[in-house]
Amino acid sequence: MRFSAQVESKLERLLASCPPGRKRAALVPMLLFIQDEVGAVTPEVVEEVSRRLEVTPAEIEEVASYYSMLRRRPAGRYHIQICTNISCLLMGGAELFEHACRKLGIGNHGVSEDGLFSLEEVECIGACCWAPALQVNYDFHHAVTPEAFDRLIEQLRQSSAAERRE
Amino acid sequence: MLHPEPHPLEVAVLTRRFRLPNSASIQTYLAHDGYQAFRKALEMSPDGIIEEVKKSNLRGRGGAGFPTGLKWSFVPRQSPKPKYIVANADEGEPGTCKDRLLMQYDPHALIEGMLIAARAVGARAGYIYVRGEYRYLIEILDGAIEQARERGFLGRNILGSGMDFDLYTHSGAGSYECGEESALLESLEGKRGVPRLRPPFPATAGAFGCPTVLNNVETFCAVPPIVLRGGAAFAALGTPRNGGTRLFAISGHVRRPGVYELPMGFNLLRMINEVAGGVREGRKLKAVIPGGSSCPVLRAEECDLAMDFDSVARAGSMLGSGGVIVMDQTTCMVRVAARILRFYAQESCGFCVPCREGTAWLAKILARFHGGEGRAEDIGLIADIAHNILGRTFCPLGDAAAMPAAAFVEKFREEFEAHLGGKACPFEEVAAHV
Amino acid sequence: MSELVKLTIDGQVVEVEPGTLVIEAAKRAGIKIPSFCYYEGLSLAGACRMCLVEVEKAPKLQTACTLAAVPGMVVRTNTPRVAEARKAMVEFLLTNHPLDCPVCDKGGECELQDMAFTYGAAESRYREAKYHVPERQWSPVVYYDKPRCILCYRCVRVCEEGMGVGALGVINRGGRSEIAPNKADGLECDECGACIDICPVGALTSGTYRYHTRPWEMRHVGAICAHCADGCKTTLGVYHDQIIRGNNRDRSGLNGEFLCIKGRYAADFVHHAERLTSPLVRREGRLAPASWAEALGVIQARFEEVRRRGGRFGVIGSNHTTNEENYYLQKLARQGLGTNNIDHHRTGDVPALMAAIGGRPGAAARMEDLYQAAAVLVVGSDAAQQHPLISWQIRANWRHHQGRVFVVTRGPVREDRYAVRVVRAEPGGELEAVFGLREELAGERDLVVVFGDAIQGENVARLVGFGDSLGIPVKYVCLVDYSNSRGAADMGLLPDLKPGYQPAEEAGISLEEMLEPGAVDVLWVVGANPLKNARRAPDGAFVLVQEMFLTETAQAADVVLPAASAYEKSGTVTNVCGEVQGIEPAVSCAGAKTDLEIFGLLAYRLGLELGEAAPEAVWREIAASVPGYDLPRAEILAGAAPQVRPIAGARASRRGKAASAGDTLFTSGTLGRYCGILGAVAEAPGALYRG
Repeated sequence: MRFSAQVESKLERLLASCPPGRKRAALVPMLLFIQDEVGAVTPEVVEEVSRRLEVTPAEIEEVASYYSMLRRRPAGRYHIQICTNISCLLMGGAELFEHACRKLGIGNHGVSEDGLFSLEEVECIGACCWAPALQVNYDFHHAVTPEAFDRLIEQLRQSSAAERRE
Repeated sequence: MLHPEPHPLEVAVLTRRFRLPNSASIQTYLAHDGYQAFRKALEMSPDGIIEEVKKSNLRGRGGAGFPTGLKWSFVPRQSPKPKYIVANADEGEPGTCKDRLLMQYDPHALIEGMLIAARAVGARAGYIYVRGEYRYLIEILDGAIEQARERGFLGRNILGSGMDFDLYTHSGAGSYECGEESALLESLEGKRGVPRLRPPFPATAGAFGCPTVLNNVETFCAVPPIVLRGGAAFAALGTPRNGGTRLFAISGHVRRPGVYELPMGFNLLRMINEVAGGVREGRKLKAVIPGGSSCPVLRAEECDLAMDFDSVARAGSMLGSGGVIVMDQTTCMVRVAARILRFYAQESCGFCVPCREGTAWLAKILARFHGGEGRAEDIGLIADIAHNILGRTFCPLGDAAAMPAAAFVEKFREEFEAHLGGKACPFEEVAAHV
Repeated sequence: MSELVKLTIDGQVVEVEPGTLVIEAAKRAGIKIPSFCYYEGLSLAGACRMCLVEVEKAPKLQTACTLAAVPGMVVRTNTPRVAEARKAMVEFLLTNHPLDCPVCDKGGECELQDMAFTYGAAESRYREAKYHVPERQWSPVVYYDKPRCILCYRCVRVCEEGMGVGALGVINRGGRSEIAPNKADGLECDECGACIDICPVGALTSGTYRYHTRPWEMRHVGAICAHCADGCKTTLGVYHDQIIRGNNRDRSGLNGEFLCIKGRYAADFVHHAERLTSPLVRREGRLAPASWAEALGVIQARFEEVRRRGGRFGVIGSNHTTNEENYYLQKLARQGLGTNNIDHHRTGDVPALMAAIGGRPGAAARMEDLYQAAAVLVVGSDAAQQHPLISWQIRANWRHHQGRVFVVTRGPVREDRYAVRVVRAEPGGELEAVFGLREELAGERDLVVVFGDAIQGENVARLVGFGDSLGIPVKYVCLVDYSNSRGAADMGLLPDLKPGYQPAEEAGISLEEMLEPGAVDVLWVVGANPLKNARRAPDGAFVLVQEMFLTETAQAADVVLPAASAYEKSGTVTNVCGEVQGIEPAVSCAGAKTDLEIFGLLAYRLGLELGEAAPEAVWREIAASVPGYDLPRAEILAGAAPQVRPIAGARASRRGKAASAGDTLFTSGTLGRYCGILGAVAEAPGALYRG
């Protein structure tokens, strides 16, 4: 399995950062970087990483199943992660999440039918002073009101449509 | 994310470069004392550097508050193994978002702090373990590392001193427990984020089994000012045994939430009312969590408190990560308790019995309780379960869950009682969703 | 020599070696500190928190299993604070643990049950929903029930560290953590069942034992495993005269708690449907059931006829029969029938080793020596497959004592992982490869050399000569395949050697020679299958077979006598290290007789005065007359496994060769074919070397 030049170069730098004889140290970031491109940690990905790092598939399963950002099935193109932990909760994060569920017509860990959006209720993402906050993939959005959320969804829909036209 | 101007009460040491244009670039950094402390450190003896850090009374800014100079002194002088510097940028403690700003606006301060630590203990490589969600900060850090390397501050024979040091970022992938230092090291080594048996401690057997200095991002960022202006000067900014300033992330029901750099020992009520603009919409203060969700909650009347490690500890809570979470009179404390325990149950690594089973149990009881199906005996049961977890777990996550649970039922018992008997949550204007 | 550490536990002063864990120190003082995850011999966990104790000057309770004793330490294990903590931990475990006791195999021998009764929390305060996932089957042997699992990680550690397989891991986190097998569809492993036996609760159960019975309904009988030559003790659980399970949870015997799949589960041959229960006599070309009287009559007639006309007898003994049976058989052949045509399928050249080390004391390694030696050299054997106890000992040596392992084999073996030196040698080149290690081996404190059939004949003497030249103490193990292969050689089932490797006056012919056409007039085969590939008896010979099953050899016989299995008789067996152990019947053998009984009946029929054919009587004669075997019977009965003494004047055999059967964990010669469980788990044909 080969990945894009950009990801391969990232993986190369990652491996170079490991001490000699310690390739396994690359495992967690490697799974995440590959997931960014492939969409999920699939059996094929596990096999490929196993080969590259000389770690058994069983050991990879142990690791992959531990970390909450690693998933076995792809998310939507825009994976929306809404924090409902304490600071965001105090600022309406839970209500924002419920609004998101209604707006997108999906629940926690759900993926919209067109594959464009997925939704996840997450723990603290480190944006407590700018609550309620969410991430779209890796991008932070702060002080998100329900209205701001609706605008965000619109923007994402439009930019996805624009990309399809190009 | 920054207010246009610092608050007049702030003391800008770590945050002094935040509002400079292109603050993250090495040019800006160099134009404002950048890497001067490191140059000075190159002229000092390793023991001299550690002495200076000890004099500063700098204590770990991640949450535990362990004296930094002392921690560095535990690394053996001689070792056949290579040594490492590891920065904990996992920042997972709910209520905490300060390291994020340091890495975004002043990444070179972190690099320089790690360089000085490397000089002090004889390390040749370092890792910045960044939580997976902070991807954009990894990119900023990688850029800064590249700049530093180009200018000769990283790599071989740095500034002709004979010192070598390589620095790498390393991503996490979603685990609060990986903010615990030994679990972080496990994750760094490509394993599950399960903590290690200690002793040995990271100072003697850390990353890859080698002597390691592991500190929070903010702790490292405090080191260059300490070396440049001397430990005593830093110490003097704070209170005895609690030196310097720290970044406080004030969130929740305040008019001006934000990250503020204030001297250690600054009064909590002043922080809320003056620095953060007071409780929003003129409401009444109800409760404050002083240092991130792991810290026992304080009732409003307990908030006239100096914010340093020792004072807050005497008041029965902790300074922790400096995540000040402010709750006004509209807050349902049962809901807050339930949400916090849900977090710990979700994040428990599952290794040891009391945390794995205890946090799940607490989360379930509290969720049921907030949903109106609480029984009178649950209140005592919550306290008892918390007591059974406390001090008996493999790592401090158990305590981080137990102490808040115990504090909520102890200090807001009347609120728990108000949820009994199938009544709807009295704070109806906030949704029942937990 | 470092000073002992003095500490106080519950007011008792205890002195221990530096580094001793408090939980172990307490044991010495007779104080039991409870634990699930702590298990002697395995790495430390500190996960279950049952062993929390008070330590003076420490503000928090400390886990006794991870705390090393220091001088002056004061520990209290019997305070209210400790009692409260123990009760709390049990209560936590019982929150998600299902109340399966009525249907759980472990009921009655469950450590969680025991803890709940001892430390409290039998009544639960838990009112929430329990987290439930369905039970899984990972292999024919192993079932996993996550709700019952207390995540003590004993199974993970015994598999990785003890067995060196590492087939189990932990997935997910928090309350959803589970043990997981190494393959998507289950386990690829030795199927030894160590994980099942070490599990304190009923989370891991075995496919062969589950739902059969309760521990208190079984009669537990100590036995020596009927399969390989390592001589593991297995405690058989017998219910209604059926062997239901085997384990070694009481850690007695040479093997501690080690057993492989054969010792735990492969007793099923005993109750195989095809077990012979009646003599068979060939009439009109076909074997038909007959009475004992009839069968013995046919044999008597034929034997007497052959004796009268000076015909030749050929006797092929077994790798599995007891020392008493072997001794009596060779006596019957030599004194009774006047022949030295006695042999057995030799799987290792033991006589050559005996001759080379002669009467030298301390040159024969004991099983324990493999664990204690500073260095171990393995030549030409995939121990993990063929001698799993030896493999376990070497691995434990490496783990606990940093034992240095040297490997000289054709292909990769499990020991490679622990070896300081690995040499791949072509067949025939093993000895030269060993010589190449001279310098490194000479630097060791002491050495145990384990060698298989790759080294035989004169090469054994050359190997011992090499060992002598190293200038360090060297002990040897000559590997043989089966449960009493060593005893077969010791008792003289050899054409040119009498018991104790004393030369026979006139050498007889070997096994291979007996099978030549016309070589013998009577071919008497006891517990062996020499005609497996030939399928035809030597022309004109009268073939008598004593067997448990209708093997190829039995099918070619004129008379077949049904024989008892190793679990149905008394006597002694000698393991690969020359350690002698006793066996007693666990179940009765319907219709069959023990081989010794059969010999006695035949001797009687033939009018031979050979002494009483009873195990105790024969043993007395062995102890009095077989070199090396003057061993106290009391020690054998007590399970001390005394080693055969050095034998002066031992000779090598000059007739016949040794050839190991090359079994794997899932094959066991002919016997293994009748073990359903071995067939069920074999995923690949037995290959000598597994990577």
